[in-house]
Amino acid sequence: MKRLLSIELQKIWLNKASRVLTLTYFILLSFIALIASIKFDIGTIHFQVAEMGIFNFPYIWHFNTYIAAILKLFLAIVIVSMMANEYSYGTLKQNLIDGLSKKEFILSKFVTIVLFSLCSTVFVFIMTLILGYSFSSYTELSIVFTDLEYILAFFVKLVGFFSFCLFLGILVKRSAFALGFLLVWTIIEAITKGILNFRIFPEGKIASYITQFFPLEAMSNLILEPFTRLSVIKSIGTQMGVENLKDYSVPFSAVLIVLCWTVIFLFLSYRILKNRDL
Amino acid sequence: METILSIHNLNKRYGSLQALKNVSLEIKKGNVYGILGPNGSGKSTTLGIVLNVVNKTSGEYSWFGGKLQTHEALKKVGAIIERPNFYPYMTAEENLKLVCKIKNIDYSKITEKLELVGLNDRKNSKFSTFSLGMKQRLAIASALLNDPEILILDEPTNGLDPQGIHQIRDIIKQIAAKGTTILLASHLLDEVEKVCSHVLVLRKGQILYSGLVDGISANEGHFELKADDTESLIHVLNTHPAIEKTKITDGKVLVYLKTKLESKDLNQFLFSNNICLSHLVKRKNSLEEQFLELTKK
Repeated sequence: MKRLLSIELQKIWLNKASRVLTLTYFILLSFIALIASIKFDIGTIHFQVAEMGIFNFPYIWHFNTYIAAILKLFLAIVIVSMMANEYSYGTLKQNLIDGLSKKEFILSKFVTIVLFSLCSTVFVFIMTLILGYSFSSYTELSIVFTDLEYILAFFVKLVGFFSFCLFLGILVKRSAFALGFLLVWTIIEAITKGILNFRIFPEGKIASYITQFFPLEAMSNLILEPFTRLSVIKSIGTQMGVENLKDYSVPFSAVLIVLCWTVIFLFLSYRILKNRDL
Repeated sequence: METILSIHNLNKRYGSLQALKNVSLEIKKGNVYGILGPNGSGKSTTLGIVLNVVNKTSGEYSWFGGKLQTHEALKKVGAIIERPNFYPYMTAEENLKLVCKIKNIDYSKITEKLELVGLNDRKNSKFSTFSLGMKQRLAIASALLNDPEILILDEPTNGLDPQGIHQIRDIIKQIAAKGTTILLASHLLDEVEKVCSHVLVLRKGQILYSGLVDGISANEGHFELKADDTESLIHVLNTHPAIEKTKITDGKVLVYLKTKLESKDLNQFLFSNNICLSHLVKRKNSLEEQFLELTKK
């Protein structure tokens, strides 16, 4: 395992573009903290984001993981190109000839994905703790460590998404096309979702019951948008007569579905690699 | 003798194209094998299958008597396929380190092998800055990192300039001299003739000849003769029991043999029949002629 990881990390780290993207990703992650310093004055009203309660425990777990997950695209590019490069350099063939088995090859990529996800998760966890302790109105231990499931959901979301990227990289062989395919897939899911929602099952919950099994939809279901949950926005909603009964917790079913997709993507990647003549 | 690789009735189809048809081969330790064949005859496919990058349609192959799984066995094999494949953004040394990690060996041999192929002074240059000849030499260094039991070379001199070809051949000869088993696929006949002891001739995925190089080129030799009286020369020749047929080309009489016949015996025979030769040459058919003969059918 350590050997596979060191092989893959050497491939990524010595590549300038991958190194820059990875570093950019982590630097941008730490910029989430900068949201705290957003402040402006409207007339006599002094407005500071940090004071709006977004850094309150336990809400901050939800907020930070949601924002951090948007940045995953940077690592997705690294992962797609690390796979596509193996094809274009012909090094996939050479690696196999040198004695790496196809299973080990996929595994080395997957271990790296898990490591990236783990690093991001730990990074976000520590950053959230620091931000929370600096700005949160409540710092009792029992409150600080509620809703930690968002951290778990964040990890699962990254692993699932990166596995999807890896699969696309292996399937399409070209990084640009693979990322394009990812975009196309997002659109396909959105259109299907729209058709199901408004045309086929306009009433009831059948549409969302079906769409929750789509890979990207399941990943976004893991961490729902946190903005309407903010007390400020909630109170505006109530004043306007919109009753918000949304359940913001991490659905266990979504975790399960994403994990299933991860396994499916890995299995399919292996199958493609096994059956393809290089 | 220890068997390194045995291939049995290997078949490969690409759609409707049968790329390999019942290819069988046994590679013994210490020999130098050549696979000869025109482009598209199945050389690279055969090597691709045993190297785990092309899937076979049917048939069997086993490395080292089947004791190891293919990918484990490949760690003890050094192989170079048509084009040298490395990470362009890594230096020569970094690329070799990566190969060491894959093969699960330490880095101790890197300098030695880089010196062998004459690249040690360029070890910190990026692979992308190398010329094709240097890339190919780096590929050889990489293939030799683990002191392999067998070295597989697929068209190693393809696309190189004469100097590059010469360098690669010298390296191959050095390696062969150390007793390493070599399997060399090529369409360059003199290359195979110079370094190989055994040869396998492929055409359209089928084996046409498999055996010693000497076996393919020695069985049929011929004489070139010239005398003042060509007609009586042919007449006398046809009475000799070892001669199969005669043919006149460019004023010379070509004599093809049924059985072995030395020049001095032929000369004596003709002299005793009152014919004096003005020209006598015994020629071995070259591998090239034999190869063309074989692949023509």
